[in-house]
Parts: sequence; structure tokens; C-alpha cells
Amino acid sequence: MSQFSSRSWREYPQRYRGEASKFTKSGKTYYPPRTIDPETGDKEQTLVKLPDTGKVLTYTVIRVAPYQWGDNAPYGLAIVELTDGTRLMGQMADVNVDEIKIGMEVRVEFRRIQTEGHSGIISYGHKFTPKWW
Amino acid sequence: MRTVCVVGAGMSTWGEVWRKSFRQLFVDAALEAIEKSGVDHLESLYIGCMSGGLFVHQEHLGSLMADYLGMAGIPATRVESACASGGLAVRSAYIEVASGMSDIVMASGVEKMTDCHGDDASAALATAADQEYEVFHGATFPGLYAMMAHAHMAKYGTTRQMLTAISVKNHFNGSMNPVAQYPFKVKPETVESSVMIADPLRILDCSPITDGAAAVILTTEEIAKKLGKPYIKIIGSGAATDTIQLAQRADMTTIKAATLAADRALRMAGKTLKDVNFAEVHDCFTIAELVILESIGLYAPGKAGAAILAGETALDGKFPINTSGGLKSKGHPVGATGVAQVVEVYKQLTGQAEGGRQLKSRPKIGMTQNMGGSGGSSVVHIMEVA
Repeated sequence: MSQFSSRSWREYPQRYRGEASKFTKSGKTYYPPRTIDPETGDKEQTLVKLPDTGKVLTYTVIRVAPYQWGDNAPYGLAIVELTDGTRLMGQMADVNVDEIKIGMEVRVEFRRIQTEGHSGIISYGHKFTPKWW
Repeated sequence: MRTVCVVGAGMSTWGEVWRKSFRQLFVDAALEAIEKSGVDHLESLYIGCMSGGLFVHQEHLGSLMADYLGMAGIPATRVESACASGGLAVRSAYIEVASGMSDIVMASGVEKMTDCHGDDASAALATAADQEYEVFHGATFPGLYAMMAHAHMAKYGTTRQMLTAISVKNHFNGSMNPVAQYPFKVKPETVESSVMIADPLRILDCSPITDGAAAVILTTEEIAKKLGKPYIKIIGSGAATDTIQLAQRADMTTIKAATLAADRALRMAGKTLKDVNFAEVHDCFTIAELVILESIGLYAPGKAGAAILAGETALDGKFPINTSGGLKSKGHPVGATGVAQVVEVYKQLTGQAEGGRQLKSRPKIGMTQNMGGSGGSSVVHIMEVA
């Protein structure tokens, strides 16, 4: 399917800058940003920048990949909880897939993600790398 | 609300059905249901379908399917909730009959998944996940359930053998189902040496891509009696939603939408799980069956695996699960699956299950649990012998 670039640039604030919603009442942060806190119904929020470290809550190794990532397989895919409690999914990078473990400490890095659809729009966003320094 | 009965069920051939079109699969299942029920007309039609648009570039299914069933003129509604579309179609038809709006309604489901390249079918299925924040990052459905599996293994010590036992059991049951896509038994060592798709899930942990349709006729008890055909009562219907993103769930080892839907259906029926004799559940992946059994409350968290290994969910166990072969062996034409689950419960409760898989225990109450995506939606029905 061909896609217009609006679908990509609309997401830049959260994908490029890691912007998330921090709700006033609960103090909880959600990524991507949303209008309403699903727990409290609160709409009062501030946009915050996500912390750049966290740990792996669960993961898999994708061995049969969607066609965009056929050349990348096998690759690790993880759900990470950041230091402020926010959870997000992303690929693991710069790591041997056999070494990925639950509880592993990771850093959030800005990386190239994929080339979308027939339009070939290059998309960037976050990937996780092992935190070794 | 009025009592609603299921009278008559039909299924098309399931599998890679290259000789049958999208519309023909539906017509085959619908005609069988009509014929077996003895009804001479429909007042309304529901069609569960996840993505006619992406699989075969066809939408506007109400018009297409009513027309080719020879019933253009009746109201027809296409229902979508990803892989729970079929269950939601049954629920929609149930509500229409229960409310008194209509007396004879068909609930159907259909999906034609093998007319496109496997990459495109996978991409279509992936639309049941969050496109911008899961699929964008390279998630696949086996990948999402694999992440649940790793979380469950880490929290409860769930093992490879437990997942294997689910695949072996469902293939055993499916080997007796004449419409199953893969009606053969598998050995544990075959499951455990099959190709890895997304660690720890192997190909024999995954339900297949399937063409197929299923249909049931829902009507009032008064009409069901007059028709003189075997019928059952739907005594509970529950549906629920949860976050579409797996990452945003407080606990990734349980499926809250299934818990809510089951609680609602049981409460409506005035029953507890102790009253239920067997169930068809949404085993899109082996780990899904294990997690669902805990989510609906049949087993405490972390306890389903041992019970499965002990044979409690086998055909001759104390609570048989997926007597049809489940999605794993019977196949998973996504929009049709939820309706086919009701077809199996109808057959079991009316003593019509073929091939030697009829439960000998004379079950009185059966349950279906259908699920959308990684658990973003779920639909549960409770049915009782008439």
C-alpha cells in the first residue's frame, strides 16, 4: 500500500523525541501520548520526555519476519519497562539474539526502523541496546 | 429478553481451498445451516469477517453474501473484531433475536486467506495489533504470543512440554474432525523439532492460515420447537475489550478481556464454571490455550500447564478443551473461527460430533471463548442442552 508522509511525520514527536503523556492525578506516564488516563479518566497532563534506560520485561526472537525485515531476521523484539515505569515495545539491536534475557538492562537509542510500503518512506524510532556502560 | 436457541449449523470445507471463492465458502456453510435447521427464510444476517479487504480486496460483505445466498433484500451486517469477529457476529445475532427485533437470524463467519501471498496474509493478520507501536517495530502475531509465553515461563515455570501437550491434544481431537485442515495426529518430538517461528514458539505451536466459513441459525425457542430439529439454548453472552498493545497491560501472563467476557457470560447464565462441562477456546497459539484456561478461571494462575500434562483437558478428561481440534488442527479462517466454535458446541450438545470425538459424558453445558488480536477483545458464550 502506498502511504503519505503525513502518517509518519505526525508521529515524530513521540518517535523522534520520545514524548509521552504524564497524567497529573496518577503520576503515570503513557507512551505513545494519549488524551485520557485509562486508569483515572484524568485529562490533565504534561508532555514529558521518556527516560533512556530500562529493563526487559519479556522478549522473543523473530525468526520468520515480515517482508520489511526479511534481511534482518533473526532479530530480538522486547517489551521494556523504563526507569519511570513506562512500557514500550521495540527491537533489540547490537546484541546476539541468544543473549537476550528477561531483566536485562537496556538503553533506548534512536535508530532507523524500516522503509514503509511502496512509498519507501524511511522511518526512524527507538531500538533497545544492552546497557554495558 | 427472549430465550435464544441455535438450530442448525453448517461449515464449508476448511483448508487451502483453491477451488472455492470467498463468496462460495460462505454460501456452502450458510446453505448447510439453513438445510439442517429447516428454516425457509432469514430475517437478518450477520457476517463475521476480519479483513475481506486485505485478503481478497472485497468489502461490502452484507450485500455480496446476502445476494449470493439468494436473499438480497434482507438486512445484513458485517461484524469485525479481528479474530473475534465470528464470536461477535454470534453475539450480534443473539441480541437481535433476544430483543424481539427478529425471529430467525443467521450468524456466520468467513475468511479467504490463501488467495494472497503469505507475506500479505501475515501483514493483514498483523493489522489486529497496533500498527504504529507494535507492527511498526517488527512485531508479528507469533512474536506477540511468544512474548506472553516467555513472561509466563519466567513467572510460573511453564515448560516446553506443557505447550507441546496442547498441540498434541488438539491434533488428536482434530484427527477425528472431517472438516479439519490438518486432521492428523502429531508426536511430541515432531512438535519440539518443528521450525522455530518466534522463540519459544515453533510452527506446531501456531494455528495455520485457512480458507473457510461457518454458520448457525439463531431463533426463538418456540420456533426451534416447531422446526423439530435438534437445538440448544444460548444462556449467556459476554464480550470485553482490553488495550490493543500487549506492552500496556499490567500483567502479560493473563488475558483480562477473556476474564471479563467469561465472567459476564457466566453471570448472565446464572452459572459458574463448575456447571460447564467442556469448552472451545481460542488456541491461535499453544500458549494462548494455556493462558485462557487460567484467565477464564478454570485453573489458578500458573496451574493450567500441570493440569494439561495430567490429561484433564483431553477428550476423556474432566474438562475437555477443543474437542473440534481447535484452531491448531481444525484451522483458523479468522472471521469464521468464533462461529465454528459454536458449531462444535452445538454438535457436542446434540450428540452429532463426528469421527469418534463425541463426548461420552453426555455434556449439558458448553462454552466458547473467542479472542481478537493478542487479547484486545474476547467474546464468550455459554450454551445448554434444550
